[in-house]
Amino acid sequence: MAHETSHDSHAGLIWKVFGFLSLVTVVEVILGISKPDSIHLTNFLGTSILNWIFLILTLVKAYGIAWYFMHLKQEKASLRRAIVWTTVFLICYLSFIILVEGGYIGDVMSKYTNWNNK
Amino acid sequence: MEATVATENKNEGAWHGGGKKPLNASYGKMMMWFFIMSDALTFSGFLAAYGLMRFKFLDSWPIADEVFTHVPFIHGHYPMYYVAFMTFILIFSSVTMVLAVDAGHQMKKGKVTLYMLLTIIGGLIFLGSQAWEWKNFIGGTYGALELEDGKIVQFVDATGHQIALEDFVKRDNVERVQHTRSNGLWYVEDAGAIPPYTVNEVIQSFNANPNIALRTEEIISETKHKKILSREEANTFLEKSIGVVKGANLKVNEYGKTLFADFFFFITGFHGFHVFSGILINIIIFFNVIIGTYERRGHYEMVEKVGLYWHFVDLVWVFVFTFFYLV
Repeated sequence: MAHETSHDSHAGLIWKVFGFLSLVTVVEVILGISKPDSIHLTNFLGTSILNWIFLILTLVKAYGIAWYFMHLKQEKASLRRAIVWTTVFLICYLSFIILVEGGYIGDVMSKYTNWNNK
Repeated sequence: MEATVATENKNEGAWHGGGKKPLNASYGKMMMWFFIMSDALTFSGFLAAYGLMRFKFLDSWPIADEVFTHVPFIHGHYPMYYVAFMTFILIFSSVTMVLAVDAGHQMKKGKVTLYMLLTIIGGLIFLGSQAWEWKNFIGGTYGALELEDGKIVQFVDATGHQIALEDFVKRDNVERVQHTRSNGLWYVEDAGAIPPYTVNEVIQSFNANPNIALRTEEIISETKHKKILSREEANTFLEKSIGVVKGANLKVNEYGKTLFADFFFFITGFHGFHVFSGILINIIIFFNVIIGTYERRGHYEMVEKVGLYWHFVDLVWVFVFTFFYLV
């Protein structure tokens, strides 16, 4: 808005965001290949701490893309909230219901899988 | 932005073809956001369905690090590197896209053209990489046996690493015939390609080779590795095997659960289709930039709108990357 009319170049900021996103991806890949036992073989709120780290880093990347590449930061707060709050709420709701259900089905079904093959 | 197409707005209260800008966003931009939100929910539905099946088979889901291990021109076991490269390419094409939008705000036609071109090239590289990834997944790496109840068993060497069938199976030179409807059972569809070995060849080679062990899909929760069977246990599995599997498709998957392959094809395919249409739209905009459509219109908002779509495709990939390759 104020920026849009002044036609400043944001190239510097864009490259910084790119550097940050690449760094996060590199960290993810290093963790994904090494899978340190100390965080991989743990269980915290239903999954390993390693998986929580991946999830949080993913959300950080999503924030970077939406705020700086998709210019949500420069939109009016009301438009930004209409987009972000709605989507985030619906996705949280959907994943919560479906993943809890999946966990339940897994618990029930795993008793019937015959891994000893007898 | 005063030079939007419809500047005269006598009809107060209506949007009037984009003349009015509620929330300071033009009609086109807002509709692009509406589309992106609905598309985001579509992808969430797919990924949530993947999560449902993943939790359902938490004790036996394939481990992604063992599935996607190929790097072009190099043989060996390199998990994640290539898909990390793909992620990097897509983020980079997002950067060139946002630089094109930025140059558009400053009305620099030459820069917009260059950055749009780089974005298109980035998209093409990503799409090519995805095709290559599919090719490897469909072709398979090691081969496995399928049991009568649908379980998959794989072969490992003494160190616990998977080995390919062709590394230990000896051929019997039994003559095998491709089944076709015309000379077999008329109600059975034409079978797919004949697998490289027969079940008997695999079992005999396994018995003749004491260093090889059998691995099931079951994940041991303490170590998060797949369970390796003793030779005695292995026999009870081998006698129930009904087929040799090489590669993955919608019916069988040498890496484990067929559902994994189904979701992989469906979700990365749907994402790839988005990339493909994004490239097409980018090309249209690219030529419009060259012939000066937006220069004459007085603003490059069209580049911004298609940019939103392109970034969204990148955003989705960030999640697909996490849920298919990392978690």
